[in-house]
Amino acid sequence: MEKRELTCIGCPLGCQITVTMENGEVKDVAGYTCARGEKYAREEVTNPTRTVTSIVRVEGGNLAAVSVKTKEVIPKAKIFDILEEIKPVIVKAPVKIGDVIIPNVAGTGVDVVATKNIEAV
Amino acid sequence: MYDIIVIGAGVVGTCVARELSKYQANVCVIDKADDVASGTSKANSGIVHAGYDCKPGTLMAKLNVRGNELLYQLAEELDFPIKKNGSLIVCTIESERGKLDVLLDQANANGVPDARIVERDELLEMEPNLTPNAVAALYVPTGGIICPFNLAIAMGENAAVNGVEFKFETEVKNIVKKDGYYELDTNKGVLETKAVVNAAGVYADVMHNMVSDKKMKIVARKGEYLLMDKELGDYFKATIFPLPGPMGKGVLTAPTIHGNMFVGPSATDIEDKEGVNTTQEIIDDLVQKASASHLTKDRLPMNKVITSFAGLRAHEEHHEFIVEEVADAPGFFDAAGIESPGLTSSPAIAEMLVGLIQDKYNFPKNENFIAKRKGIVHMEDLSMEEKNEMIKKNPQYGNIVCRCEMVTEGEIVDAINRPIGARSLDGVKRRTRQGMGRCQAGFCTPRTMEILSRELGIPMTEITKKGEGSNMLVGKIKED
Amino acid sequence: MKSYDVIIVGGGPAGLAAAISAKKEGIDSILIIERDNQLGGILNQCIHNGFGLHTFKEELTGPEYAARFIEQAAELNIEYKLHTMVCDISHDKVVTVMNREEGMVMYQAKAVILAMGCRERPRGALNIPGYRPAGIYSAGTAQRLVNIEGFMPGKKVVILGSGDIGLIMARRMTFEGAKVQCVAEVMPYSGGLKRNIVQCLDDYDIPLYLSHTVIDIEGKDRLTGVVIAEVGPDRKPIPGTEMHYDCDTLLLSVGLIPENELSKKAEVEMSPITNGPIVDESLETNVEGVFACGNVLHVHDLVDYVSEEAALAGKNAAQYVKERYGKDVQKSGEVIEIKATDGARYTVPTSIHMDNMADLLTVRFRVGNVFKDSYISVYFNDERVQHRKKQVMAPGEMEQIILKKKALEDFDGLKTITVKIEEE
Repeated sequence: MEKRELTCIGCPLGCQITVTMENGEVKDVAGYTCARGEKYAREEVTNPTRTVTSIVRVEGGNLAAVSVKTKEVIPKAKIFDILEEIKPVIVKAPVKIGDVIIPNVAGTGVDVVATKNIEAV
Repeated sequence: MYDIIVIGAGVVGTCVARELSKYQANVCVIDKADDVASGTSKANSGIVHAGYDCKPGTLMAKLNVRGNELLYQLAEELDFPIKKNGSLIVCTIESERGKLDVLLDQANANGVPDARIVERDELLEMEPNLTPNAVAALYVPTGGIICPFNLAIAMGENAAVNGVEFKFETEVKNIVKKDGYYELDTNKGVLETKAVVNAAGVYADVMHNMVSDKKMKIVARKGEYLLMDKELGDYFKATIFPLPGPMGKGVLTAPTIHGNMFVGPSATDIEDKEGVNTTQEIIDDLVQKASASHLTKDRLPMNKVITSFAGLRAHEEHHEFIVEEVADAPGFFDAAGIESPGLTSSPAIAEMLVGLIQDKYNFPKNENFIAKRKGIVHMEDLSMEEKNEMIKKNPQYGNIVCRCEMVTEGEIVDAINRPIGARSLDGVKRRTRQGMGRCQAGFCTPRTMEILSRELGIPMTEITKKGEGSNMLVGKIKED
Repeated sequence: MKSYDVIIVGGGPAGLAAAISAKKEGIDSILIIERDNQLGGILNQCIHNGFGLHTFKEELTGPEYAARFIEQAAELNIEYKLHTMVCDISHDKVVTVMNREEGMVMYQAKAVILAMGCRERPRGALNIPGYRPAGIYSAGTAQRLVNIEGFMPGKKVVILGSGDIGLIMARRMTFEGAKVQCVAEVMPYSGGLKRNIVQCLDDYDIPLYLSHTVIDIEGKDRLTGVVIAEVGPDRKPIPGTEMHYDCDTLLLSVGLIPENELSKKAEVEMSPITNGPIVDESLETNVEGVFACGNVLHVHDLVDYVSEEAALAGKNAAQYVKERYGKDVQKSGEVIEIKATDGARYTVPTSIHMDNMADLLTVRFRVGNVFKDSYISVYFNDERVQHRKKQVMAPGEMEQIILKKKALEDFDGLKTITVKIEEE
């Protein structure tokens, strides 16, 4: 039996939720106030996900960097792998919102896309 | 071999340099900082003292009154801001009123013009925000306000234009007395000079003691200040002093030349000659004094404090200026113990010191001396027509970089490209007021760094706040 | 003098939404004035996601959210000027601007919408003792340097203040390879969103010290360290609780202040609590035809609410131009005052002209403390008419009530509406 302590992010209440796990299975969820909280806790302990946002260097643009994000959420454990893959990338201006900067980043099946328009200069 | 090396580019060093540039001498000013006025001259009250509080007969009294006179003249010649707003030394306790008469006598003895006692009704009419408990005050109309940095930069620029060399980030490690000349061992190599002017502020004793057996001791006396928002800039018109105490003139409340208001200074003697840190106790004390000041009608709103800062006074134990050739070191001239009213006295100190130098060396006159200098144009002070004329000539004057103080790109570029121009963010800030406003450079820092980088032709990562070791950035993103 | 029906000061989220809304109300002569080199305001540097859930029902990053409004403004052919600073707004709505190309010029506006946004509180306002070395940045300045300019302000970071920008920057700096050692917050609660505390701090094991502050700054040239101490209920440091951190960077996220220098020049009356203009139901200030919206009016928590509020300001400014401008038509009908007491710090708006009120009016406010299991109550004169339980309310989040015009009309002799927080 393993207990995991979480802070719910659903609202300012920030419920302290305790999830009891056994062999990777959720046995009990306690401390939540609403259904959203319970759902969040179950997902957070079994498959925590995040959207990664960062920047990528640009050549020949009106700005030095373009902001990017993972188009979908990715497994939390992959965050730093994704950042490592983003790090060496340099793109050429122009860039448009939605342009794929890195397809299938870190083998997640998710693309890193631009979130800003950069004009070529 | 230089004829004269001036150690220290503070107000005294730059005034001496400018005075020397009237003669044909090979002069160099060196300073360990990256800019003028980076030590004692940097952070003080910015008051042009009238000279009422110096002990009659002292050098301090004489040079203060003469310096006061000279500053107003120089401001016109060299185009730096000054304002004769008058000083009021306010008495709030009837039983202490006699102290005002003592001050008035002193003012008269020192030759301070037009000093007089102002009674309560007139006083409150002059300064409606003064406490109604005010009894009377000594009014000295020749008291004024100034920006010490602007004085030093004006003097320095004019000296440079007239042939004086400036070396910054040059620190004196040792001075060796040679036969008829001096060797200055600096971090940038050895410099040789026939004469030395010691205008090293809190380090004047260190310099002096390297060449003389008659030791000197300069104590760094720290003064902390609170700077208030411009909304309070016209709270008082005159500079308001309490009756003086043993550590100096007391905590003042005064407008600044830039339209803010300040409260301060405190006075604490410290060991560290670089100890310009502010401390919680003193800030609390100043806040307490300011918010419940017995000199103001209302409690001052402390949420209008935009910054606090500290400066060091170069206090010599006898509290007297030392302006002389060192007896056992011929050609070595001290300008030491220059604490308040040192800022006001600086041009008079220079006049006196250069008189001594000329008595000894008699350098021929510099026939090409240019006495006048134009300062950086401040767009904010111009009329709409004048602004448009400037922008037409140079569109950079139409691009506002600092929103709070309305400083344009044109002004910043000028500040960088002048003689002894700005090399760092602080250098730009002091010359143009960029970043001095309410947001304290939150918005304009990145933009100013870009302009510095472009004009100086150095990468952004080499831009500093105030010279070597104070880099603003550690690198580019995505690089290790 | 060239004239416009509506001049909007600021091309950030508030200015854009106000312009779009005024245009849709049939006003063609609109000018947005923006001081930066692009529209979108501060959103351009907020590259994280979490914007737009209310407005677009999807999660966008700041630049994407801004781009949606910029595109809409472009489709509607709304005129704008970049790199242009508004230097003055007169009481008569003469707007003086300056830029490189035109120099200093004046425009006459029939209506002005103030949408200048806010700025960060600087270090000076906190009076933190110590030295003044390089390496102390407000979080937003650091955000711009990293996200827009592509530079790293430092490698070893301490953050003072747990406002959302500070929390977001803790993660951003971590992503860029910096070591963020801790976040200190002087209050016993965070000023930021729960989600940001979990996803920007907890995810990366960055400790958040509540009731702590920086009491000393070390380093004469570049920052070398800070001392953090716990504070008591009086917010004064408790001796013996000092912790020393070696660091080269201190980021400050200690509050936002509406930027109202121009509003004051136009003689707009200000609220000492919000530091923004005092406005009525139309978001109109005491100066006829001058409206305010977004963070210049009061600091918002979510940009979605900025957009919503700004759209209302745009609509009302349009209506003013069409119906009241130059006609000597005063707002008529009864004026009802809205007050905030007992835990509610302020309301926006603070008065309602009954004849001008829409069927529904959103009144936004913030609470002054953390309240658990308390009620938002609305009183018409002395009678409680709304009573809504909230599990938690915190100063970091905006609250709102909705007033129905019908209810106000039906209430005999209504003079004052009071919003308060009650325990039961």
